[in-house]
Amino acid sequence: MDEILNNKNTEYKYGFTSLIDMEEFPKGLDERIIRMISERKGEPEWLLEFRLKAFEQWKKMKMPNWAHLNIPEIDFQDITYYAAPKKSDKKNLDEVDPELLKTFDKLGIPLEEQKVLSGVAVDAVIDSVSVKTTFREKLSELGIVFCSFSEAVKEYPELVKKYLAKVVPPSDNYFAALNSAVFSDGSFCYVPEGVRCPMELSTYFRINAAGTGQFERTLIVADKGAYVSYLEGCTAPMRDENQLHAAIVEIIVEDDAEVKYSTVQNWYPGDKDGKGGVFNFVTKRGLCRGRNSRLSWTQVETGSAITWKYPSCILKGENSYGEFYSVAMTNNYQQADTGTKMIHLGNNSRSRIVSKGISAGFSQNSYRGMVRVMPGVEGVRNFSQCDSLLIGSDCGAHTFPVIDAAGTSAVIEHEATTSKIGEDQLFYCNQRGIPTEDAVGLIVNGYAREVLSKLPMEFAVEAQKLLAINLEGSIG
Amino acid sequence: MLEIKNLQASVEDKEILKGINLTVKAGEVHAIMGPNGSGKSTLASVLAGRDKYKVTGGSVLFDGKDLLSMSVEERACEGLFLGFQYPVEIPGVSMANFMKLAVNRKREHNGLEPLTAGEFLKMMREKSEIVEIDSKLTSRSVNEGFSGGEKKRNEIFQMAMLEPKLAILDETDSGLDIDALRVVATGVAKLKRPDNATVVITHYQRLLDYIVPDFVHVLYKGRIIHSGTKELALELEERGYDWLIKDYDNE
Repeated sequence: MDEILNNKNTEYKYGFTSLIDMEEFPKGLDERIIRMISERKGEPEWLLEFRLKAFEQWKKMKMPNWAHLNIPEIDFQDITYYAAPKKSDKKNLDEVDPELLKTFDKLGIPLEEQKVLSGVAVDAVIDSVSVKTTFREKLSELGIVFCSFSEAVKEYPELVKKYLAKVVPPSDNYFAALNSAVFSDGSFCYVPEGVRCPMELSTYFRINAAGTGQFERTLIVADKGAYVSYLEGCTAPMRDENQLHAAIVEIIVEDDAEVKYSTVQNWYPGDKDGKGGVFNFVTKRGLCRGRNSRLSWTQVETGSAITWKYPSCILKGENSYGEFYSVAMTNNYQQADTGTKMIHLGNNSRSRIVSKGISAGFSQNSYRGMVRVMPGVEGVRNFSQCDSLLIGSDCGAHTFPVIDAAGTSAVIEHEATTSKIGEDQLFYCNQRGIPTEDAVGLIVNGYAREVLSKLPMEFAVEAQKLLAINLEGSIG
Repeated sequence: MLEIKNLQASVEDKEILKGINLTVKAGEVHAIMGPNGSGKSTLASVLAGRDKYKVTGGSVLFDGKDLLSMSVEERACEGLFLGFQYPVEIPGVSMANFMKLAVNRKREHNGLEPLTAGEFLKMMREKSEIVEIDSKLTSRSVNEGFSGGEKKRNEIFQMAMLEPKLAILDETDSGLDIDALRVVATGVAKLKRPDNATVVITHYQRLLDYIVPDFVHVLYKGRIIHSGTKELALELEERGYDWLIKDYDNE
């Protein structure tokens, strides 16, 4: 039985490559490349200045090395910073390279109007550009702006200028500075006062071109009393070289508004010997600025060779509420260092953290979290639950929780468990006629249920399947 | 239905079963009794295929097929059910999901279409009535937070759902109060049919007041040292095992 399982290769069904005619900038990173990106996008002067300033800062910074990750040296001059399909016209799909439409079809994200997924508006980003945003017009009738970042810069410059980098300044960290210098596209969403967005909004990120890094920015603003649920999905072809993905997501939540942000991260994880895979360095942060504002992060992290990601909440508004629900699964030689920061600045702000790590194979999986309460802030509560599940005996699970609330009246609870999938559990399932592979999927999904149940329906089903597929061959 | 011939098995090089012979026919109920450590639970585990036990000799035919060459799940799908002495908790997995997967895997094995959600729910309702299990139990996670009695009842519920040809109940009575014992035993009695068989492994006679066996076997030091009819169980209750053991040890 063990042999059968070990011989079966883990399938990565999104690993195909599409032959799309691309325009690519030369490899390397310098001021000239940044000016080229800005010019190519027809950006205003202030944005070019923003980029150049970020680049200056980045050059003075160093790769962060505090995470529990073994990161090979990245040659930033050996990366292409801009790659876009030559034939792409956001207004007219007839002008779009058919290969490109086929790619998204294959990924289950049809872009043609007659085929689009009902109830979900999609911004489809391939390599450096957004190729299509569905339901844009319908949403605009409600005053909701949902478009690519590039379009937002052209059409809503005041909004972009008002909110850009207000939560994640370029100087925040190495990868935030890099992204601020070279970001090429991403999604922009603004939900006006009092509007509940009637459908799920989503961005689907696809890396296709070889040797290319993807650097996108997402900016979401929920004005007073607004509500929006946002989904993010990502995949990439199987390649032997590592590819870099360094993104920024910023969210601003005003009085009485609520944002739910869900991610199913399935970048190519590399092969079973640890060759190839995406390096995923992402800065995600939300500012709960208003009274009673709520922000909920839910992430299912199954892909990438390296994940470095800490979706966080700055709980500034009185009575604001932040949540972080995470399932991070690593198999083979994957490494993940992920978690959250809850920064309590507002009185009576509350937060909840539920992290479920799953490690298999030779992987390393770390939870890193911080709960900070500023002096003088009253009535803060936090609950954290960090669980680790180990499959096999060659993997590692680590937790690095930090609580910084000295001298405050905050009530902070932290619970942690570590468990293994037991022989007993597998035998019990087998005895009921359930084969080991199914049993592992069942047990893992049961373990992650509290997090998966936070995902929108369609995503939850997909995520469940992903967890099961990614573990194939891991019981030996 | 079940033909065990000279079955020998060991765990970590320690021989536990030293030549078991036992034949169980359809429609029969067998009880296996014996003092602690005699190999009763090992026999159940070996028949179910637990891999920490190594079969070192003998053969087992199940419905004419070589049981020992099948994987654990194949044995289950062929109709062998083990009622666990210590049922295992699987947090976050609902009984309904667990059973649906089990039932449909078995159907698939036997060339049947999977049940639709509606058919399955109907089956769950019917079977939970038979074993007098609270239907709320089926929406809870597998055995998680169940009391000892609930866990055992849940085993019988699963047995009802899977309709095995042969059910081996390993110390199903341990840790049960008399009411729970009655419910479990009545459930087992209700599931009895001319075309299935039950092997009850028990330490005490009291379960046999409810599940009346056709044959009683005494297992000691890895061998069946004595067999009889249901009267033997009563005798064991009265006299204990010592008289049998003494004879055996003296030989």
